[in-house]
Amino acid sequence: MEASRELELKRLAVQVRRGIIEGVFNAKSGHPGGSLSSADLLTYLYFEQMRIDPQAPKQAGRDRFVLSKGHVAPALYAALALRGFFPVEALKTLRKNGSFLQGHPSMKLTPGVDMSTGSLGQGISAAAGMALGAKLAGGAQDVYTLLGDGELEEGQVWEAAMFAAAKGLDHLIAIVDNNNLQIDGTIEEVNSPYPIPEKFAAFGWNVIEADAHCFASLEAAFARAKQYNGKPTAIIMKSIKGKGVSFMEDQVAWHGAAPNAAQYDQAMEELSAQLAALAQ
Amino acid sequence: MAELEIKKTATRDSYGRALVDLGAQNEKLLVLDADLAAATKTGMFKKAYPARFVDCGIAESNLMGVAAGLSTMGFTVFASSFAMFAAGRAFEQVRNTIGYPHLSVNIGATHAGISVGEDGASHQCCEDIALMRSIPGMTVINPADDREAYTAVFAAAKLDGPVYLRFGRLAVPHLFGEDYSIEIGKGVQLRAGKQVTIAATGLMVGEALAAAEALAAEGIDARVLNIHTIKPLDLGILTHAAAETGAIVTAEEHSIIGGLGSAVAEGLAGICPVPVLRVGVEDTFGASGPAVEMLKVYGLEAAHIVAKAKQAIAMKK
Repeated sequence: MEASRELELKRLAVQVRRGIIEGVFNAKSGHPGGSLSSADLLTYLYFEQMRIDPQAPKQAGRDRFVLSKGHVAPALYAALALRGFFPVEALKTLRKNGSFLQGHPSMKLTPGVDMSTGSLGQGISAAAGMALGAKLAGGAQDVYTLLGDGELEEGQVWEAAMFAAAKGLDHLIAIVDNNNLQIDGTIEEVNSPYPIPEKFAAFGWNVIEADAHCFASLEAAFARAKQYNGKPTAIIMKSIKGKGVSFMEDQVAWHGAAPNAAQYDQAMEELSAQLAALAQ
Repeated sequence: MAELEIKKTATRDSYGRALVDLGAQNEKLLVLDADLAAATKTGMFKKAYPARFVDCGIAESNLMGVAAGLSTMGFTVFASSFAMFAAGRAFEQVRNTIGYPHLSVNIGATHAGISVGEDGASHQCCEDIALMRSIPGMTVINPADDREAYTAVFAAAKLDGPVYLRFGRLAVPHLFGEDYSIEIGKGVQLRAGKQVTIAATGLMVGEALAAAEALAAEGIDARVLNIHTIKPLDLGILTHAAAETGAIVTAEEHSIIGGLGSAVAEGLAGICPVPVLRVGVEDTFGASGPAVEMLKVYGLEAAHIVAKAKQAIAMKK
């Protein structure tokens, strides 16, 4: 990746993080931790990886994205807004009465959202259905879906994993946001889905490990994911929950809590400083 | 009435036949099943169009998600399993991934009700209508016979939004001719009558007609309505019936909690309150036994409708 492009993506990712904090602060609720851990990935998908057109969000030949971990909607909305699907200003309406930005994604309300999600484990099945549909129709669309690591505790994920491999859905790329934290604690403490790569491999998937906060690593992972060898691909990316806001990093308490005014100011200050540093 | 040899077909067979015929017209039709193709009769479609049949294996939750995803890619989708698993096990998947985004997924649920017979309570789903009609925007259809079931498949395929189609395992008498086609959301008056209305759905429609015949022999004039669509419910025809006959008996092969009887009572309570008595499975689980015997054991025969009709008439003011 060219240094200038990488710098641009880094700037965009900080703006996505600002959008997350803006939304969750104004909503006084939401899920900043996992949103921040997936911010770089969503930036990469929407600005680098996916064949999409904000002017034609329903275009049939577009790549699809399903946010299986639907609670990190603030990150998806921020990426969509910055990519031009709707005004960035709208992020302040997150979770408000009458907003088209619901607490969890709604494909009926939000431009650019390909599937309504929120109940964990279900998005990957819908993504598998999309990949099967593309395959049956002879299309070239790739279907991306983002799962949480805690989400892997849902049995349906493994029903879908078995199905996708059995049907040879090699245009399905599932990314696991492995930030190691879920509501009740670390994922090992709660009901460990580890070892994750081995599980997907055993289900017949290509497995790629990546660094969630390194664009070069994501670039390499997606290049390898598009090998279309008859198997679906899982990208297990190590991430830091709350990444980019110092006091939220690796803190389970920030899974589903909104910052107060002082915390909001500090978070925005930190993110502004990151932007400023990237401008130099 | 002379006992004629009446032709009988299980509505699951009508479903399988309809899928094959629809498949010939609609090349975007995909049929999904969960390892029950031989029983749900989607196997007929699989044989005719193997490339458009997707077996999702014994994984109904994933089946519903896959169906949702396929529908967003421009396919006409029918997803099948037994009612117990389609509506029961996968309820939340149907609710969140099909119902909430209002996707045009057709759920072909077979083996509904007590008439599953020998398999017993674990497979006799008498709660599916209650579950499915609680989902906003879901259309719920329980065909009464072969022709109604066959045409319901074509009508559902044309409808925007999710449809739950409820089919049975037991062969039931043909009630309608080739000239009949279901109109979703529109009840059908099968017999005129002034003293009481029997509103029936599914295999109880045949029993309702037999009950009306028996009541007529006793000088009681009963109207019979076929309410094939439980949601959206045809409150027009029901309100007229309530106003004109003053009493309603509902009949369904489903729990008396949450099904047609509940829907009718809820609907009429605010418009035209009259006695509404429900014939159905009385808040209990089923049991193993031959289907026809089990219908008798669980009070799903004409005689039970007759008794409730008399009771309802007695309650009229």
